[in-house]
Amino acid sequence: MSITLVKRRVIPGFGLTIGFTLLYMGLVFLIPVGAFLLYTTTMSWEAFWSAVTQRQVVASYKLSFGGSLIAASINLVFGTLVAWVLVRYRFPGKRFVDALVDLPFALPTAVAGIALVTLYASTGWVGQYLDIFGIRVAYTQLGVVLALTYIGLPFVVRTVQPVLEDLETELEEASASLGADRLTTIRHVIFPALFPALLTGYALAFARALGEYGSVVFISGNLPFRTEITPLLIVAKAEQYDYHGAAAIGTVMLVAAFLMLLIINGLQWWASRRHG
Amino acid sequence: MITPSTVIDTNDTIAKRWRRATEEPVWIRITLITIALTFLTLFLVLPLTVVLYGAFEHGIGVWYAAVSDPDALSAIRLTLLIVAIVVPLNTLFGVAAAWSIAKFEFRGKSILISLIDMPFAISPVVVGLIFVILFGSQGWLGPWLSSNDMRIIFAVPGIVIVIAFGTLPFIARELIPLMQQQGKEEEEASLTLGANGWKTFWYVTLPNIKWGLIYGIILCNARAMGEFGAVAVVSGRIRGETNTMPLHIEVLYNEYMFTAAFAVSSLLTGLALVTIAIKSAVEWNDERRQRIAAA
Repeated sequence: MSITLVKRRVIPGFGLTIGFTLLYMGLVFLIPVGAFLLYTTTMSWEAFWSAVTQRQVVASYKLSFGGSLIAASINLVFGTLVAWVLVRYRFPGKRFVDALVDLPFALPTAVAGIALVTLYASTGWVGQYLDIFGIRVAYTQLGVVLALTYIGLPFVVRTVQPVLEDLETELEEASASLGADRLTTIRHVIFPALFPALLTGYALAFARALGEYGSVVFISGNLPFRTEITPLLIVAKAEQYDYHGAAAIGTVMLVAAFLMLLIINGLQWWASRRHG
Repeated sequence: MITPSTVIDTNDTIAKRWRRATEEPVWIRITLITIALTFLTLFLVLPLTVVLYGAFEHGIGVWYAAVSDPDALSAIRLTLLIVAIVVPLNTLFGVAAAWSIAKFEFRGKSILISLIDMPFAISPVVVGLIFVILFGSQGWLGPWLSSNDMRIIFAVPGIVIVIAFGTLPFIARELIPLMQQQGKEEEEASLTLGANGWKTFWYVTLPNIKWGLIYGIILCNARAMGEFGAVAVVSGRIRGETNTMPLHIEVLYNEYMFTAAFAVSSLLTGLALVTIAIKSAVEWNDERRQRIAAA
């Protein structure tokens, strides 16, 4: 205790910085989020329940949660593959490819949205070839999954990549020298080491996809019961001044987001404990 | 660079067999690289190309006409005004939060770090909704605001606050791990030698966190300019007044003015490319320094 007191005297500014941090967070988001949750509690339980269980809303949960699960799974497979290729292999333009992975993180979602729908519409660069096989992407649920995959792409790559970089090849050599073939080594040595990072990346990609709006609304076409995502319904209800309906659905999304945040924090804690 | 493994590799056949044991055969390597690059081309390169192609398809004159149209200019001006308010505030917040978290021990620190991450998890449309419900005409403070002739929703203050909310974590997330890793010995030395707190921050801390801070600011700036969902809820899309660049892109696209939509998009795309280029430069710099430190 005395040591921390002495240190506090050496480095100044604790009161100032923590004060500003808490004040700013409080004003910008803690008080508004709290007030929003309080607003929801002014609704009666019946009104809340009927707002969150409307048929159109339930259809949107299925698409938003289902689509996000599928998109995160696609990212789990391809993101791990991309991370593996970037860490383990050499090929021309690798640095450029590595940098490009962050693009969905930096490119505005509205720009991504119009780019994706232009590419995958039945007249687009990719869509016209898919059309030959009868595959339609734009204005279908497939398009929603595509946009959600795009938006979650950096997360699995960027959580798996550093763990792969730190992985010592000596372990794999030891495994091989003990007679394991490559597949056995991957299954029993590499996979367990990556497992926490894989789960974290999956959860991050899922959480990001769940709340996504901008990149989806252009390619989805927003057909009721078929390609409407939950965030779209929140916007629609807010625009019609149905604040109760919007707030009720918003609360469901907020609770889902908090749960994901808890899960992600738990996963990171578990990963750092295993790692350390 | 010659590492021990490459030396052994070329001289020793036994070592070669060892290497093969931790590496896949050539055909598997090529297949995996091909799959990865195909996936990234479909998802990253093609969208980028289609934006730039769409923007310049009809020549630079058409592109210029689209970005210098009065509505586009007003959207650009509004977007720049907003980042001029939001980015300095979030920078101040990021530095303050990182300073208190990295240099001091206090109870509830891990909770604070998780709270800083919270805006990442919340859907942008929910962010917009929160402020509509607080400040909208039918919202909690709406009647009071209108009786005092103040407007937050469907006006600039609302857009500023939702963007500040959405981009709040970016700079803090860059600085916290960086400053934690650097510890506090250098600052303590500076203070013991008689420099005051501000001088220590300016001459000791700031040079150490410079690159992380620059990347954080650039990323925060790019995300602030590109924020869409939250702004869509609070802006009311009043042309020439409350349309930011992404909203203007949406309006143009919905009016089938695709070339103009892509032209305005190309500006934000350029910004995104600059952002990821700076990120790579910062990482490359770090790697080089670590390699020098190790050698």
